[in-house]
Amino acid sequence: MAKVKGAVVVDIEACKGCELCVETCPEDVLSLHKEVNSKGYHYAFMENPDVCTGCANCGVVCPDTCITVYRVKV
Amino acid sequence: MDVKEIIKPENQVYGKTELLTDNVMHYCPGCTHGVVHKLMAELIDEMGLQEKAIGVAPVGCAVFAYNYIDIDWQEAAHGRAPAVATGIVRINPEKFVFTYQGDGDLASIGAAEIIHACNRGENILVVFINNGIYGMTGGQMAPTTIERMVTSTTPCGRDTELNGYPLKMTDLVAQLPGTSYVTRQSAQSAPAVRKCKRALKKGIKNVLDKKGTSFVEVVSTCNSGWKMTPVKANEWMEENMFPFYPLGDMKDSEKDKPVSNN
Repeated sequence: MAKVKGAVVVDIEACKGCELCVETCPEDVLSLHKEVNSKGYHYAFMENPDVCTGCANCGVVCPDTCITVYRVKV
Repeated sequence: MDVKEIIKPENQVYGKTELLTDNVMHYCPGCTHGVVHKLMAELIDEMGLQEKAIGVAPVGCAVFAYNYIDIDWQEAAHGRAPAVATGIVRINPEKFVFTYQGDGDLASIGAAEIIHACNRGENILVVFINNGIYGMTGGQMAPTTIERMVTSTTPCGRDTELNGYPLKMTDLVAQLPGTSYVTRQSAQSAPAVRKCKRALKKGIKNVLDKKGTSFVEVVSTCNSGWKMTPVKANEWMEENMFPFYPLGDMKDSEKDKPVSNN
């Protein structure tokens, strides 16, 4: 089976830190950053980028559409 | 493989549709409105309906929907979105007209309009966001508030003896002959969102095929009104809302007898 690797980019200023992406990620890739954006929200970021499979679940549940997902076969 | 090597435009598998504007939504963190806005924008984009679509915005949290999806919109008075949509679709039968309403708008002040629009079988899609509360005005009890649910006007929980019984709008309109597709969905997890998108797509198709009114309820959270975190609100909804508002199709005229109106 071809292995897939993924990565996500979070629009930091659009993120409201609702944590739904963190909760839905099956690989525990995402986490909330301890720093905040200009509105004071702890934004989501890739804490364990190595295990991301690019399943796009985080992007699908994001209410503010601030997640872009990339995926490659390796 | 380095993350930078993966992040290239040719590898993108999911991103923001062009139909969503760059305005940051005014909704609270984790609000279901954002997800459903995104689904509608994606579907209108994928089905090439940008020029054809006319949305009717409600009064409630989604009152600014026209700021976020780049299509034609009309703002309606509180609860009157189906009446306004009726006028639009009768004058422009070639357009795709949908209303986007919350439970305070649709189930309370707009109950007459929605029931008669559905009964006439107006060729519109109704997106009904049901979070069991008046979210915008401070979390008061709505007609859809479930039994024993705590709101700012029922601090001890909804007592059916005093406050009456919660109203299942979707079950009600499913009985009307004018509706073609009536379903209840949710958007709390990735599979639920994907399922909800399929339901909305079917509703849009039914409207384009002039089959009558399509009605898609999305059981939603209002984490600010419910005084919970977004994750906790989703759990609470699964535990308490789903037993009273079971998900699934209530009516599908493709499977039942066909309905044709207007």
